Amino acid sequence: MSKLTDLSIAEAREGLKNKAFSAAELTEAHIRAVEKARALNAFITETPAIARAAAAESDKRIASGTMRPLEGIPMGIKDLFCTKDVLTTAGSHILDGFKPPYESTVTRNMFNDGAVMLGKLNMDEFAMGSSNETSYYGPVINPWRRKGSDAKLVPGGSSGGSSASVAARLAMGATGTDTGGSIRQPAAVTGIAGIKPTYGRCSRWGIVAFASSLDQAGPMARTVRDCAIMLKSMASHDPLDSTSVDIPVPDYEAAMTGNIKGLRVGIPKEYRIDGMPAEIEALWQKGIAWLKDAGAEIVDVSLPHTKYALPAYYIVAPAEASSNLARYDGVRFGLRVPGKDITSLYENTRAAGFGREVQRRILIGTYVLSAGYYDAYYIKAQKLRTLIARDFEEAYAKCDVLLTPTAPGPAFGIGEKTNDPISMYLNDVFTVTVNLAGLPGLSVPAGLNSEGLPLGLQLIGKAFDEATLFRVGEVIEKAAGATPRPQSWWEV
Amino acid sequence: MSVDKETVRRVARLARIAFPEERLEPMAGELNRILAWVEQLNAVDTSMVEPMTSVVKVSLKMREDAVTDGAKAPEVVRNAPSGEDNYFAVPKVVE
Amino acid sequence: MATTRTETGPLIDGATGKWEIVIGMEVHAQVLSKAKLFSGASAEFGADPNAHVSFIDAGMPGMLPVINRFCVEQAVRTGLGLKAQINKHSVFDRKNYFYPDLPSGYQISQYKQPVVGEGIVLVDLPGGKTIEVGIERLHLEQDAGKSLHDQHPDQSFVDLNRAGVALMEIVSRPDLRSAEEAAAYLKKLRAILRYLGTCDGNMEEGSMRADVNVSVRKPGGPLGTRCEIKNVNSMRFVAQAVDYEARRQIDIIEGGGTIKQETRLFDSKKGETRSMRSKEEAHDYRYFPDPDLLPLEFDDAFVARVKASLPELPDDKKDRFMKDYGLNAYDAGVLVAERESADFFEQVARGRDAKLAANWVVNELFGRLNKEGKAIGESPVSAAAMGSIVSLISDGTISGKIAKDVFEIVWTEGGDPAAIVETRGMKQVTDMGAIEAAVDQVIAANPQKVEQAKAKPSMVGWFVGQVMQATGGKANPQAVNELIKKKLGI
Repeated sequence: MSKLTDLSIAEAREGLKNKAFSAAELTEAHIRAVEKARALNAFITETPAIARAAAAESDKRIASGTMRPLEGIPMGIKDLFCTKDVLTTAGSHILDGFKPPYESTVTRNMFNDGAVMLGKLNMDEFAMGSSNETSYYGPVINPWRRKGSDAKLVPGGSSGGSSASVAARLAMGATGTDTGGSIRQPAAVTGIAGIKPTYGRCSRWGIVAFASSLDQAGPMARTVRDCAIMLKSMASHDPLDSTSVDIPVPDYEAAMTGNIKGLRVGIPKEYRIDGMPAEIEALWQKGIAWLKDAGAEIVDVSLPHTKYALPAYYIVAPAEASSNLARYDGVRFGLRVPGKDITSLYENTRAAGFGREVQRRILIGTYVLSAGYYDAYYIKAQKLRTLIARDFEEAYAKCDVLLTPTAPGPAFGIGEKTNDPISMYLNDVFTVTVNLAGLPGLSVPAGLNSEGLPLGLQLIGKAFDEATLFRVGEVIEKAAGATPRPQSWWEV
Repeated sequence: MSVDKETVRRVARLARIAFPEERLEPMAGELNRILAWVEQLNAVDTSMVEPMTSVVKVSLKMREDAVTDGAKAPEVVRNAPSGEDNYFAVPKVVE
Repeated sequence: MATTRTETGPLIDGATGKWEIVIGMEVHAQVLSKAKLFSGASAEFGADPNAHVSFIDAGMPGMLPVINRFCVEQAVRTGLGLKAQINKHSVFDRKNYFYPDLPSGYQISQYKQPVVGEGIVLVDLPGGKTIEVGIERLHLEQDAGKSLHDQHPDQSFVDLNRAGVALMEIVSRPDLRSAEEAAAYLKKLRAILRYLGTCDGNMEEGSMRADVNVSVRKPGGPLGTRCEIKNVNSMRFVAQAVDYEARRQIDIIEGGGTIKQETRLFDSKKGETRSMRSKEEAHDYRYFPDPDLLPLEFDDAFVARVKASLPELPDDKKDRFMKDYGLNAYDAGVLVAERESADFFEQVARGRDAKLAANWVVNELFGRLNKEGKAIGESPVSAAAMGSIVSLISDGTISGKIAKDVFEIVWTEGGDPAAIVETRGMKQVTDMGAIEAAVDQVIAANPQKVEQAKAKPSMVGWFVGQVMQATGGKANPQAVNELIKKKLGI
């Protein structure tokens, strides 16, 4: 038998059911892996006691034959999800010591289904970043390295702790959140799968808000099937979230038939951007060939407003964030830096509590909403969103799913892009359109580049058609072959 | 639309973030670069386009008028940096 | 914000001539509901600190609003009661500013697209005049929490019990022209809300608060710069605040100064307004649609259903009282000012002489209630007892004078008026023999007056009074009058 930490969720589920190993054994293996991998800085808080208690409960369930869908599966939780009585920081200094007296709907769903929490995962501060370098708790290190190099690479972001922990076999799966690409881009650059579901599919209740009209939680795991298993548990209609949608969550695994004959796959020409690395173009062509070989029909489509997606996003997301982050004021929770009066208390607390990138985005957001600029920026951006959503609607008249690269390049070095916000923002160029239109997007690992770094392909679906993404994603996954695991250089 | 130092000062004040004098000028530069970049949106004629109001095409969910929450003051104030008798406390506010 | 009122209002004197006061009001009325607008915490007044607070109200990370359907219906009801346009598509916006009693750093309100548009309130003024006051809009929003400044030497304490309670902000056009009109408008608005059952109108507990915008101008001139006086919490204070503020502005302008547009606070102890330091800073609220909510939409059927459930409102009731009961405008106006009063009156009047009933309710009962500071609901004389007294007068069992005594007894001791009249021998004397004997006795005892009366017939009244006194008020005054005239030959 291979190492317990190398199993997929589907395999572990079988093993637990057949009593090949216990939930306690599975959890201990992962707790040990977490402890040995602190060099990656993937966890902000480790919760081994909680994990062991949950595993013990799982073993009882397994013994009594009442296994739940995620029974005994060790998982990491992005530190943006409020977890009852467990420190929740959003990667920010300003949430120092914050222990929510409530559990987010998504994590509650998972724990009700038997998931075991290993701890809270590092992330870009308030999910603002594409490299996990804006975390107050320091950068996460990508388990992958360039061939023959020990340069530290970023694990993508903002769900960098999630991607790194899953790729490094510390957790079997992890929750992520995706506002502009924060699940798919880190998944791609660490060689794992991750899906941003349709907006409204997962409840946002109890997830620290970044940009409310774009935020969506989703799973990150090493296989497409594992993502399907996780999403089935995470998704639900939540009466506590006005934007959560009351549509039944289908049996995603049942939809993974492997058959995509006659499926129309759209290739949007606008994603062939200037300066796209040749290896990304080549990967995309390979993906097209794989799907064609599997019987899909390839159609060229146009999404003419694609190039405006990132600028529109960098108006809407900071605007919403500037308002969402107003509650961090040093009065009711988290950090407080005293001042001579209430205003200086606010100003000092927020100056000390928020990092530079968060401050920058709050200022942009405040500026674009301020008197005299609202129409020129915010309304303009929301109009572009209408056009971008319309582009997709028109494309879906001709195809069932879209295939694109996930990210414009592989993992880059720590510190390489921190001084140029716009070049950092461009990491989301292929993912952000999906958030603006509220659609689902799945990143599938599709092989390694010449330097031995993983790359991903993205499938974009129709609203609430995650099932098709899983079906097609598995076809790509199989065609690409198993992604090798990174060398465990980090182990102590 | 160019952002100057005074604009940064005003916006930082609105956002309640203390900004040391020496960071105002560099931040003005950063904001200008980002704003210049987003202004490429002006190339699109949107005069006939409605701004997006909701991503999901569903109607607003409503609850019934029933008291289902509250009565948990200790939990509400549990994380507060300062407080007394289940109140939050702040430096004296003059009205 | 334009005024819809064209004629010049009452004017006041300044050193340089006459001035006209222009007043508009923003009334915050707490929606009568069990739970808050966006959370399931109780909206009830007066609980222990932060006891009526959910994590949503406290602005905890990741918390989301879900709207209370009943509060939406209440706003629509109110809009219909103000004869206003109902907007079937409206939007909730965030109004962003920092304040300790505003936990999320924004208030969910409605800015560009309110749920209710333009309407009208008819306001009866003392003296019989009725003015039309334009309503510009009504929108739903969250109340803020409360900061307590007197519990600690250098700290303010924050209680969020009120945070998130549903308010209707009702904005009038600047159609009011005097302190009296402003108070009368507020009173009428309060009556409408109470009739509708959408707000209890309790100004002491803060469930109805007024921000008063005051400016002054030369008659017919352009509108002056206005000052907004915050949180004026009684009708009397509204009048005081307007008078003080108008005088202050006139003095400044006549002294060569200019009015600064600002927010002022009314100090009810001193009867003055003063500038609010905390509001000095220029605001930029950065309104934008709340992305946690979707637009509020409803169809014609919904509006029709709410409309069908509306009660009869004060204006309609007044018209009906005048038409059906033959009341004068003044009595009808007084009776409909409170729904409870109108209901009380209708119980008294049912099957009886309505004018007589109105006279007794308005003059005797309301007079006495006012004097003792009691509300109609606390009246020691029930509607049934009041009705019984009216019946006893109408059928001649007692005189009006005796009725007052009966009223007094019921007021202080309680009991059934008919039984009181019976057991205490208060029935009107209808036995002509007894009355005649009393008349004869008075005539015999006052020969001088008899002579005077023959020369001056109005002296009859004096004789009637004497006879009534002699009979303990129980004689029928009409019969006495006629008998005396006959005996004296006048």
